[in-house]
Amino acid sequence: MEYSLHFGAVWASFDRLLSGLAIGLALAVVAVAIGTVLGLLAAFAAVSPYRPLRSLAGLYVALIRNLPLLVLVLLAYFALPQIGIALDKYQSFAGALALYSGAYLTEVFRAGLLSVPKGVIEAARSIGLTRLQTNVSVVAPIMLRNALPSLGNTFIGMFKDSSIAAAIAVPELTFEARKINVDTFRVIETWTVASGLYIAACVVIAALLRGLERRFPKF
Amino acid sequence: MNKPQPLLAIRGLTKQFGAVEVLKGVDLDLDQGDVVSIIGSSGSGKTTLLRCVNLLEEYQGGDIVLDGETIGYRSVNGRRHRLGDRALSRQRAMTGMVFQSFNLFPHLSAAGNVMLGLRKVLKLPKAEARAIAETWLARVGLAARADHYPSQLSGGQQQRVAIARALAMNPKLVLLDEVTSALDPELVQEVLNTVKGIAEDGATLLIVTHEMRFARDVSSRVVFMEQGRIHEEGPAAEIFGNPKSARLAEFLRNTRH
Ligand SMILES: Nc1ncnc2c1ncn2[C@@H]1O[C@H](COP(=O)(O)OP(=O)(O)OP(=O)(O)O)[C@@H](O)[C@H]1O
Ligand SMILES: [Mg+2]
Repeated sequence: MEYSLHFGAVWASFDRLLSGLAIGLALAVVAVAIGTVLGLLAAFAAVSPYRPLRSLAGLYVALIRNLPLLVLVLLAYFALPQIGIALDKYQSFAGALALYSGAYLTEVFRAGLLSVPKGVIEAARSIGLTRLQTNVSVVAPIMLRNALPSLGNTFIGMFKDSSIAAAIAVPELTFEARKINVDTFRVIETWTVASGLYIAACVVIAALLRGLERRFPKF
Repeated sequence: MNKPQPLLAIRGLTKQFGAVEVLKGVDLDLDQGDVVSIIGSSGSGKTTLLRCVNLLEEYQGGDIVLDGETIGYRSVNGRRHRLGDRALSRQRAMTGMVFQSFNLFPHLSAAGNVMLGLRKVLKLPKAEARAIAETWLARVGLAARADHYPSQLSGGQQQRVAIARALAMNPKLVLLDEVTSALDPELVQEVLNTVKGIAEDGATLLIVTHEMRFARDVSSRVVFMEQGRIHEEGPAAEIFGNPKSARLAEFLRNTRH
């Protein structure tokens, strides 16, 4: 069987792949930003002394983590409008990915919270910081620094999962690659280039995150 | 003659952990400027007593009165209720605590550690908080280390930052719990000298320590705790030179060598 490589047709549409990459990154950034807030709230709830809050956090994590992301995305895009919540495809995907990443980050942050030394928290309380002030000024920064590597991994994971947005025709990298594939029949070339872009983006993100980790003092 | 009311009055303090009674009715008074050391064997309740005074622990019976204010609880129709977070926080700010394990905020510089309470609790502007922090760091001999992070400081330096952090809040009373126990031997003296310095400046200190010579040196009074009670108390010279109870004499014999 003969297959001669011709990248020309793919390069001709390279700008579409790049814009797809940018859309995927933007979706991941928005989703992880919202997911970080959700994860922080849920993690604090998960370790709070109030049982209803703990249950709520547990329910959130259990529900979301036991759903495939694709199902969550389809629910958000097709099912929500049925009950009067109409989101466009970007909003529904970003929302679904935010919920999804939030559930994973809840576990990351919960572990981070448990890693904050009890004595340090008591030191904050002993100089008169309220519980809220202690959480904001002491617990959260320590926990975030400890959670930074996991936060980075989650971000990379969510960026790769942005390919699932292709299922609801969000023109991100996978969606564009599939279109180019269909238009040009350059199967190997298209998917090789798309894969190269995913890998390159992830390597760059990982390097940036390592740089960020180094900027913060080690404890 | 009327004795002025003590700065700190602990009355009949009892504390249980589950079914275990750890404090069995402790009474202790401190006047302004007093330096009182608590000695006693491991498990006698020294740390627990300090933690109750700093409101880090709840207690089941008795009262703690700080500068005329009963702290930690309020009585409604004869029933005790723990105060809410805000009130407890305000009362905690009136006492400083220095911990055995330093417990510095690892994400903040030495100055940042001292400034946090000044900014968040006393609501001082940043420049003023920084100035106070620098003054106190200089006072504990760490003027040049203001911008170092805890991980860049020795144990002795960390503990001196912790002392500066507690004192910068201008507390009525400072609690020190075995502040040199976690230190390498060669670092103990610098911390003890710092504590001695603040004692000489007139701070009111309640010190738990295993450093008998230090206790003898700085204390106006020494308290010997045994099994959740104050077993004997008196001037340092009396406690160390002329113990009345056999138990204290035995404790001192066992700790001297
Ligand atoms: N959080 C806790 N839960 C249950 N029991 C506790 C707790 N903290 C302390 N205890 C118990 O209370 C008793 C008094 O402890 P505490 O730490 O006050 O003693 P201490 O006099 O400070 O001892 P040391 O000299 O070893 O520091 C001990 O029997 C200890 O096991
Ligand atoms: Mg102790």
